[in-house]
Amino acid sequence: MNLEKRRVWGRRQAVAALLRGAMLLATACTCSLAVFIVFYVLAKGLPDITWGLVSTAPSHIKRTIGILPDILNTVYIIVAAVTAVLPIGAGAAVYLTEYAGNKKTVEVIEYVAETLAGIPSVIYGLVGMLVFSGTFGTSLLAGALTLAVMNLPTVMRTTQESLKTVPQSYREGAFGLGAGKWRVIRTVVLPGCSDGIITGCILAVGRMLGESAALLFTAGFAHVLNGFFDGLAGSGATLTVALYVYAKERGDFETAFAIAAILMGLTLSVNILSSAVGTFFKARREA
Amino acid sequence: MKKKTQLIETVVHGLFLCLGLITVACVLLITVYLIVSGLLAIKEIGLKEFILGTKWASTAAEPSFGILPFILTSIYGTAGAMLIGLPVGFFTAVYLAKAAPAAVKKVIINLVSLLAGIPSVVYGLVGMLVLVPGIRTFFGVPDGAGLLAAIIVLSVMILPSVINVSVTALEAVPKEYEDASLALGATPTETYFRVSVPAAKSGIAAAVALGVGRGIGEAMAVMMVAGNAADMPSLFASVRFLTTAVAAEMAYSGGLQRQALFSIALVLFFFIMLSNAALNFFLKGSKRG
Repeated sequence: MNLEKRRVWGRRQAVAALLRGAMLLATACTCSLAVFIVFYVLAKGLPDITWGLVSTAPSHIKRTIGILPDILNTVYIIVAAVTAVLPIGAGAAVYLTEYAGNKKTVEVIEYVAETLAGIPSVIYGLVGMLVFSGTFGTSLLAGALTLAVMNLPTVMRTTQESLKTVPQSYREGAFGLGAGKWRVIRTVVLPGCSDGIITGCILAVGRMLGESAALLFTAGFAHVLNGFFDGLAGSGATLTVALYVYAKERGDFETAFAIAAILMGLTLSVNILSSAVGTFFKARREA
Repeated sequence: MKKKTQLIETVVHGLFLCLGLITVACVLLITVYLIVSGLLAIKEIGLKEFILGTKWASTAAEPSFGILPFILTSIYGTAGAMLIGLPVGFFTAVYLAKAAPAAVKKVIINLVSLLAGIPSVVYGLVGMLVLVPGIRTFFGVPDGAGLLAAIIVLSVMILPSVINVSVTALEAVPKEYEDASLALGATPTETYFRVSVPAAKSGIAAAVALGVGRGIGEAMAVMMVAGNAADMPSLFASVRFLTTAVAAEMAYSGGLQRQALFSIALVLFFFIMLSNAALNFFLKGSKRG
């Protein structure tokens, strides 16, 4: 009996050790992958980033390559897309949490937003090409509107989450003082959920930075230096699209890695920023 | 005075309602557009020939539009990616949610969200320069760009989604379940895998569905490593996914070819809706359970 007990215990120990080993191995795999990709890209890309590369436009005459237009295009498209998506996403969230009395409407809109979040970016690119590029031509504006639609669920969801954390008593207090619904939203609810809106924006910017498939056929490939409004009206490649073109179509891996290193740096900063903002607002809320 | 306030309230209410409905309008627009423009070519080619045809030659003198190679490639590619990515993601998630010390967990969660943030073209670039030559020398095949390279890249790309959703599900398991199991004499590891994991199974199933959706929908990284030949899939051959089939020819397409690309997008959309429906089903289940 004692022997039997010991055998069972031994088997249990062995299985547990196996599972623990699998957990550690898998975690090590995940971590080393992340670390490898970051260091590989930075090591290959950083030496190729020169002042000439980031401060000029590509020139056929001088045979030089510059990515300044791509950097500016990325900035323009993100600014335009955030401007478009912020009021719509935040507004939809306000409607869902503050106005909608009908539970069915809330369910439908939330379900639809989830669907929107699952649609792959190629399909956004395709429909964006038909709808937005059909209206505005292949331009940064068409790309920005496509990005805005893609990020609608992100902004909506984060705003909604933080609207739910505004205490009901604040609203009741304001109503009790005789304020109308709009006034309550404007002066009590919106300031209380600014953290959610800002977090949503940062998340959306992060996703826009990395997006490429949706932009190939809506924003185009041009590398021309432009101001903000001319830039929006014309076609232009963002950093991700430029990386694709340099790597896949021109085989210029030095420039591609330089862009990849820049993108990696931006991704890192967006991640750090969003967690810093999260900690900041959490501390403020608890204070 | 009162009338004016009431008017403003009504206007603002209407405005917010409109903003909410824009989301619905977007999805309707996308769906209707895809169905309408996708059905044109299917009608012309014939549903059977389109879905089950094995030859895609859209620019040939006698064009042929069969997308079975793309459908199979997408299914094999995603299944392969899940086969590799799911165990790694699952065990990492269990470790993070249950076993890891708080400081280690924080660092690893940050690494995972970094993986999630890396643009897909960067994955494609690293795949092109590390994976493709690696597969070529390791397996001794003439070109490393193909299904295997795409599977490996996809398995890395779905990791963050699988890990994040599973961790959330595992953390939501009531502490009492685990305490009860420990009090009955189960070891911590036994408790994680025989109590916590079964209790979180809906959430983990949702993670799988999300991973499948991500895998089927990924385009750019796959386009850079899969080679893009429109042939029937095999592990080391150059292949084309549903997503890359749309992206590869869109720039220079016209006429029936372009309409056929919309039909491919419609098929892709159908697959995505399936995985979305599964995701919602499991998420609902995990909320109830």
